[in-house]
Amino acid sequence: MRDKRMSLDEVVGELRSGMTIGLGGWGSRRKPMALVRAILRSDLTDLTVVSYGGPDLGLLCSAGKVRKAYYGFVSLDSAPFYDPWFAHARTSGALVAREMDEGMLKCGLEAAAARLPFLPIRAGLGSDVPNFWDGEMRTVASPYPDADGRTETLMAMPALNLDAALVHLNIGDRHGNAAYTGVDPYFDDVYCLAAERRYVSVERIVETDELVKTVPLQSLLLNRMMVDGVVEAPNGAHFTLAGDSYGRDEKFQKHYVQSAKTPEAWQQFVDTYLAVSEDEYQAAVREFAQEAKK
Amino acid sequence: MSSTETITRAEVCAVACAEIFSGAGEIMASPMSPMSIIGARLAKLTTEPDLLLSDGEALLFADTPPLGGKAPIEGWIPFRRVFDVVASGRRHVVMGANQIDRFGNQNLSAFGPLQRPTRQMFGVRGAPGNTVNHATSYWVSRHTSRVFTDQVDIVAGVGYDKVDPANPAFRFHNLHRVVSNLGVFDFAGPGHTMRARSLHPGVTAAEVAENTSFEIHGLADAEETRLPTAEELRLIRDVLDPKNIRDTEVPS
Repeated sequence: MRDKRMSLDEVVGELRSGMTIGLGGWGSRRKPMALVRAILRSDLTDLTVVSYGGPDLGLLCSAGKVRKAYYGFVSLDSAPFYDPWFAHARTSGALVAREMDEGMLKCGLEAAAARLPFLPIRAGLGSDVPNFWDGEMRTVASPYPDADGRTETLMAMPALNLDAALVHLNIGDRHGNAAYTGVDPYFDDVYCLAAERRYVSVERIVETDELVKTVPLQSLLLNRMMVDGVVEAPNGAHFTLAGDSYGRDEKFQKHYVQSAKTPEAWQQFVDTYLAVSEDEYQAAVREFAQEAKK
Repeated sequence: MSSTETITRAEVCAVACAEIFSGAGEIMASPMSPMSIIGARLAKLTTEPDLLLSDGEALLFADTPPLGGKAPIEGWIPFRRVFDVVASGRRHVVMGANQIDRFGNQNLSAFGPLQRPTRQMFGVRGAPGNTVNHATSYWVSRHTSRVFTDQVDIVAGVGYDKVDPANPAFRFHNLHRVVSNLGVFDFAGPGHTMRARSLHPGVTAAEVAENTSFEIHGLADAEETRLPTAEELRLIRDVLDPKNIRDTEVPS
């Protein structure tokens, strides 16, 4: 069986500017942050991003990499909740927003996973969601009238077909079998099913027999058909939470938000945490935690 | 027994939030802020024992813990399953709102133009799906004319004037209550406009009118919101919110 192990930068090397990229996780929860940081180190640009948005989308916006965003929300999940770089991109008109109901995002990924052009959904009707889509979103009338002979007209949620999906899970093998530990799988399997190229970073790579002995069957979210590349990235979701592996680094997330407030503070944040390798990032983050304890 | 002589505004609000769930039965209650969480848990401990309550993340509580507390669990409700519950209709959500208009349109997305807002908030979140699928109520901790506005900037939560009566897809739309720090409201005014059901003790009709951009139906005739019972006060003060977090939302 194929050995799919890759480095973070090798994954990004397989991406191209202009691609539509789905980012797994949810808000500030189990985001593929090491892969996002690798994109920040690259010259990739003009990206369309599909995400239950958090600091993943924020960091990509900070570097001007996002042309268009499909999202149900953008949240840091703890105070001050609103991501500063996403807010900046929006208020400066730097990106095209395809905002939608949270359930519509799941629906659009499921349509793509099943190779359907759309799926009907109630959510979105009567709201401003279609007005965010500049005619890209239509309704569909049921061919089956209801008991009173009336026709139900629903949103025709278009398939959210992805060029690539980036997700982070807790444990996997070198072939792409991977599992989450903790309370929620989020939608990482659906992102992979909706994408042409699929990359998973994991806290640790183990042999297959260890993987399946470590977690219950129901946690084995990804199988080999759903993955093209596996990256071992310990602490790779930092500063978002990662199920049983670790909680959110609230202090560092606050530092991220504070740093976005002035160009000087942001330049310092970039120099310390972003214009460096993943190993240097993790070392700087450990140092930050030590300082914060004092 | 808890003293009924020193009842705070926040305690009145907590009971008004609990009454949102009166008669709800065996559905998922999804309150989104401390006050509405106290309300839902109070309802479960008093008149609505069959409500399902989650920890706000992915676990269904078997018992009813205090605010911020843990409890034994009875089930699993990760986000993907929440969307299944939304579509099933067996849910009553209490959301917050940056803006609400007289027909119940709600905004928590952003202020200003869709593609270039002046201030960015969350985006529409689950508001469009919630409002067309199941009962939805709102909790507003500071009732001002900025919140209760003539027109919301972005329709996240669907109001009654957006409902197409010819399209049965809208048949589950149901805005049940708006509870604020000033009173209890619904949309039973003419043409499904906002109506005052009750004003909290000490609140005048003039005070509500001053803090609302549009005319609220029945404001002059609204009753006084009922006071908590001694048992409700005990549950609020000693069981559900001993740290008095409710006062940070509605100062006494």
